[in-house]
Amino acid sequence: MSEKHPPKHADQHPKPHQPTPAADETAAGVAVDTAGGTISPSALPASAQSGKLPGGPDTLLRKIFTGSGMVSVLAVLLALVIGGLLIAATDERVGATSSYIFARPTDFLSAVWDAATRSYVALFQGSVFNPRGSSLAARFAPMMETLTIATPLITAGLGVALAFRAGLFNIGAQGQIIMAGILAAWVGFALHLPLGLHLLLVLVAGIMGGALWGGLVGLLKARTGAHEVIVTIMFNYIALYFLRYLLNTPAFQRPGESNPISPILDPTAIYPQIFGSQYRLHLGFVLAIAATVLVWWLLNRSTVGFEFRAVGANPKASLTAGINVSRSTILVMAIAGALAGMSGVAQVAGTEKVLTDGVAATYGFDAITVALLGRSTPWGTFAAGLLFGAFRAGAVQMQIQTGTPIDIVLVVQSLIVLFIAAPPLVRAVFGLNPRRKKPAKAGKSQQAATTGGAA
Amino acid sequence: MSATATSPLPGRGTPGTSPQADEAQPTSGKPGLWKTPVLLSALGLVAFVFFGLMGSAQTARFGISTGGDFFQLPTLEVPAMPGGIVLSVLMLGLAAYAVYLKTKARPTPAWLTVTFTVLFVAAFLIWVVGGARTPSISLAGLIAGSVTLAVPLVFGSLSGVLCERVGVVNIAIEGQLLGGAFTAAIVASITQNPFVGLLAAAVAGAAVSMVLAVFSIKYLVNQIIVGVVLNVLISGVTGFLFSTVMQADKAKFNSPPGLDIVQIPILSGIPILGPILFKQSLVGYLMYVAVIVVWVGLFKTKWGLRVRAVGEHPQAADTMGIKVNATRFWNVTLGGAIAGIGGSFFTLVAIDSFTKEISGGRGFIALAALIFGRWNPIGAFFAALLFGFADNLQSIVTIIGTPVPSQFMAMLPYLVTVLAVAGLVGRSRPPAASGIPYVKG
Amino acid sequence: MLQPPIPSGSCTDASRLVRVLKLELRGITKRFGSLLANDHIDVVVEPGQIHCLLGENGAGKSTLMNVLYGLYEPSEGEILIDDKPVSFRGPGDAMAAGIGMVHQHFMLVPVFTVAENVALGAETTKAGGFLNLEDTRRKIKQISDRYGFDVDPDALVEDLPVGVQQRVEIIKALVRDARVLILDEPTAVLTPQETDELLDIMRQLKSSGTSIVFISHKLREVKAVSDTITVIRRGKVVGSASPGDSTAELASMMVGRAVSLTLDKAPASPKEKTFQVKDLTVIAPNGQHTVDGISFDIARGEILAVAGVQGNGQTELTEAILGLQDRVQGSILLDNVELVGRSVKDVLNAGVGFVPEDRSVDGLIGTFSIAENLILDRYDQPPFAKGISMSPAKVLENAKSRIDEFDVRTPSGLLAAGTLSGGNQQKVVMARELSRPLRLFIASQPTRGVDVGSIEFLHKRIVSERDQGTPVMIISTELDEVMELADRIAVLYKGKLVGIVPAGTGRDVLGLMMAGISAEDAASADHAGPVKADTPATETPPADTKDAATAERRAASSPEGGDHV
Repeated sequence: MSEKHPPKHADQHPKPHQPTPAADETAAGVAVDTAGGTISPSALPASAQSGKLPGGPDTLLRKIFTGSGMVSVLAVLLALVIGGLLIAATDERVGATSSYIFARPTDFLSAVWDAATRSYVALFQGSVFNPRGSSLAARFAPMMETLTIATPLITAGLGVALAFRAGLFNIGAQGQIIMAGILAAWVGFALHLPLGLHLLLVLVAGIMGGALWGGLVGLLKARTGAHEVIVTIMFNYIALYFLRYLLNTPAFQRPGESNPISPILDPTAIYPQIFGSQYRLHLGFVLAIAATVLVWWLLNRSTVGFEFRAVGANPKASLTAGINVSRSTILVMAIAGALAGMSGVAQVAGTEKVLTDGVAATYGFDAITVALLGRSTPWGTFAAGLLFGAFRAGAVQMQIQTGTPIDIVLVVQSLIVLFIAAPPLVRAVFGLNPRRKKPAKAGKSQQAATTGGAA
Repeated sequence: MSATATSPLPGRGTPGTSPQADEAQPTSGKPGLWKTPVLLSALGLVAFVFFGLMGSAQTARFGISTGGDFFQLPTLEVPAMPGGIVLSVLMLGLAAYAVYLKTKARPTPAWLTVTFTVLFVAAFLIWVVGGARTPSISLAGLIAGSVTLAVPLVFGSLSGVLCERVGVVNIAIEGQLLGGAFTAAIVASITQNPFVGLLAAAVAGAAVSMVLAVFSIKYLVNQIIVGVVLNVLISGVTGFLFSTVMQADKAKFNSPPGLDIVQIPILSGIPILGPILFKQSLVGYLMYVAVIVVWVGLFKTKWGLRVRAVGEHPQAADTMGIKVNATRFWNVTLGGAIAGIGGSFFTLVAIDSFTKEISGGRGFIALAALIFGRWNPIGAFFAALLFGFADNLQSIVTIIGTPVPSQFMAMLPYLVTVLAVAGLVGRSRPPAASGIPYVKG
Repeated sequence: MLQPPIPSGSCTDASRLVRVLKLELRGITKRFGSLLANDHIDVVVEPGQIHCLLGENGAGKSTLMNVLYGLYEPSEGEILIDDKPVSFRGPGDAMAAGIGMVHQHFMLVPVFTVAENVALGAETTKAGGFLNLEDTRRKIKQISDRYGFDVDPDALVEDLPVGVQQRVEIIKALVRDARVLILDEPTAVLTPQETDELLDIMRQLKSSGTSIVFISHKLREVKAVSDTITVIRRGKVVGSASPGDSTAELASMMVGRAVSLTLDKAPASPKEKTFQVKDLTVIAPNGQHTVDGISFDIARGEILAVAGVQGNGQTELTEAILGLQDRVQGSILLDNVELVGRSVKDVLNAGVGFVPEDRSVDGLIGTFSIAENLILDRYDQPPFAKGISMSPAKVLENAKSRIDEFDVRTPSGLLAAGTLSGGNQQKVVMARELSRPLRLFIASQPTRGVDVGSIEFLHKRIVSERDQGTPVMIISTELDEVMELADRIAVLYKGKLVGIVPAGTGRDVLGLMMAGISAEDAASADHAGPVKADTPATETPPADTKDAATAERRAASSPEGGDHV
């Protein structure tokens, strides 16, 4: 990579506290290639997870880490700005003022600003805190809603992240959620068991459903070499059509109902609500936190996780070192499926309480972006799940209040992930590229100014 | 640079995350040669038991000619059970021959697999129709409908072929189709000219592809990640603009004039073949042209040789003076344009307006068709036809009332693809460098 | 600035003879970040000469040639053709200027035919861009006939043996009317006999007017074929030499000091034979027997070295012992326990230490820390793990002591293993494998791509493992390493064991055995008279040959890109 640099830069080292372009790009490469894998190449748990990166070469790692942390923030910012421009571009008042933009550009600019901020304020109020709520409880309701929606995102995201770390692209969280939902819902409405036991069985059934559906992918991959990306995509559709079929059978369809919808789950099979019936937030969120801790431990402190990471980083060396790669592949996909299965349970036993063919919504696909944003680390995924949960929750309010369609969330979400995957692009946009620092900065800000004016 | 040649480059030294590197890993190492004969035998038995022995006592009727044909052929009548038995015995014969070949250490020839597939589909069709409440369908209509449904799939899979052959995995076919459909609708509505809409769809598809190309080639972002995310992005952007722009003024922005069906006189009257080949929209005719052009281009021209070299061994191509990344960029862009045209089919031919998610996951079926067709334009074409057939049959079986739930018909393309990638239906080898970014030196 | 690409059709014998060119590299400097790969290198290749670039593998020869071929842009300096400066923005420019290159790793598309590979980049087309492979076939036949290549234009490249693939590479260059042909370590993959054939081809090319730049570290070949020798060390030209110079002189120029590096090794004292291989056969997925009915044994306190040209079953043999091969017939007994059919983990736990041939692919996980790599095959055993719970502190503790013991040059065990130099990476692998009690030690290519300093260290460790009473098996394609380390030498050819001979067996006998000739026949052929006219052994004293050979092999082992401890 470095040979492309003009010679005069090759011997001029950048400022000492900045990572060299080469090192930085390499780090970006790692992040992308392992789908965000471990940020520090040294994956030894003790240092990597304690957050303390002692001196010596590790300070370099810390710089890269903080560098990429900043890139993450900037990526979110950039995505929000572009989303805002899109909102503004379709706003009526912006359209109206643009007709006399040259006469009174300030009208136009303030219209752009208003359109974007109105939507984002609504988004914030719908996801974090609503100052106009009638009671304290109502004011915090948005945050509770965010956590509720984040729950399936986090667990499914953990499943995707775990598989990423083992070098597998698990695009199949959607199907795993569906299969988990089918089993969990069936146990929930068809069996009638005592309190406690019933919910436990619902949970186990859901986890088993996801684990089997994911594990099957691992099995196919390990035994036949079938590529997991293709298999998981196909499995998503197979699961969906299977669910639709079931919802038309007497075993699953609600009696007397012509729509494909299952009976309501027994009250004994439902997650208890954490803060009472005023919020939808349920036990699933606590389990999601537990799952995050578990995945962290699994990856960083267990021999199983060591195997996963080894297989993900270099399957041939793992094989030579006596690691059973096939078993690891099957196991990691099963655990990934189990985690996605927890999302399925959260859906049928937590928020929905019935089974429909929309049980997975788009959580399975969102989980991919969550894992990518979280750089495939457990806590990163947790945080990313919260952020995207907030987007989802807030988008509903935003649509009600400002008429901005929910789809804007998809745009922002995907842009964030794209930008995070390409740090050089983000740095270029913000003029932070250490290579040609000054010209880039000037050029870009100028460009930004012109585009801002033209929009 | 050579210093890093012996130590793994951190940026790409993680073979596990790159699919192809993964695939190169020894799996269980069992020779794949037995899979096909065994699978054929199993399918033959299934056919014998279900389509033959458990077949219906009714007679399945297949209408061959339609009213418009210039000569009429009689309706084909097949007694379901005997028909199923005869066909499945033929299948078992083929399977036995495959087993015999295997004992001679020879692989199953392609013609055998193809013939088997045709027989299986025929037996299945007889079984389905024979078991229906009204055991009669129009074969001509079924096939013509299949071709129609296959049009976007063919375009999508051609896009995939072009991208993967040059070494870029294209998971974003769905996004390209959707982008093409949306742009075709809005541009054709504004200009009131479907041809401009068609052109705009190609441009939109190419634009989606360019994002894929820039991120995967320039920024070396994992191609699968870009593809997955692009699908979400396009879904979001089109959904957003649909809700804001199109819904606000439907007449102005979402009522595209359609592309008419162009009938070629006399030829279109040939039974079965006529409607397929000579009674199509412009997009339908373009489909045939595109398949042939891409095939000839890839395998018979200088351009194709270079493209395939870049997809198989980019370094070798580089040392021969071929610009690897430029070749990749333009091919991916071209692929996007083709998929974009396929997307226009939804809004200019099939339906007369755009709705959210109008492509409905067909981009993924196109991906499946490309793999099932073994990265070959013609193979992908026939795979897409097969999937279009399954899609069409799904809606027909619900109408005539058959023993098979329509959902299982809908599952078929996906199941077949899983079997294909699992190596159960022949061996498929993707281009060696597909999915691996090229960094010089 | 450059000539347009020469239409390949214009290549005729007459033009080839007329258009010899003089090539000059003036002050070429190439930096990779802070690494100086080429430092003001001046080389003049006179028309119609075979000019050898001699140097260690890390010396910067390949970098220099990649600059010349337009793959790298030089940081400084210029290239002159017939005294006119040119600049190459890519291999296309270099080819157009008449420069062809045969890379060390062949640049052939495996799924293409020979004709397609040759045509690529210089296609002849009919109207509309359609390929005209007929034209390419004709040219291939023409060249193939002239030089006796015997290459079928319609064969798939992946089906061809390496020797033929190399000829396809040469044809590629000749079809493009190359007047200077760069051959980068062309003999690394060839048997001694194939090497002789290649040297003949080079002489033929020279006589038809093609200049050749021959990159090598093998003194015998260099002396046999070169007209001029330029020696490069650590990115600098250290001088010129003539093929008449003694092997010792060349060796010391190449390595940079007087070479008298013979391994200080006590005679072996073999004890009981605890490792036995009987009728071992390994069957590849395509049904081929990659290892074919091999039987041998190794005693405690003995080193058995397995020699052979790469790809003659060595990899499969070691993988079969380790349990990485699926279809294995016969028996492998270690301490009377059958290893065939056991998992890799079982085999490792039975006390087998294994250093794989390609450490970056099989031996290390580049993104893992050194500490983690040091426990790669023991991560689930005490003290590193209790149950499935691991102890990072113990992992780090282990790393500290291993790093000290094996003198791994690194500031921290937490650093990614991929950041280490080749020699230090190999020390990590070796440290891991030798840090537990072993019942058998297998090292494949133990010093490939390792700098001179590390080689001595690694060899000493291998010998000391032998002296502790472990049966040791070394697999090496470098004959000199085999001769230096072995107590007995086994030679493999096409998966079969040609024979096992004592340590003192001569190079020529081993060379013939590596081509599949049995030990007896080889010995009698050798006694019958000199096999190769260019064998320098007759003109230099034996001791000098041995030292030179040692230096040469050590030079070869050094990795690309200045791998210095």
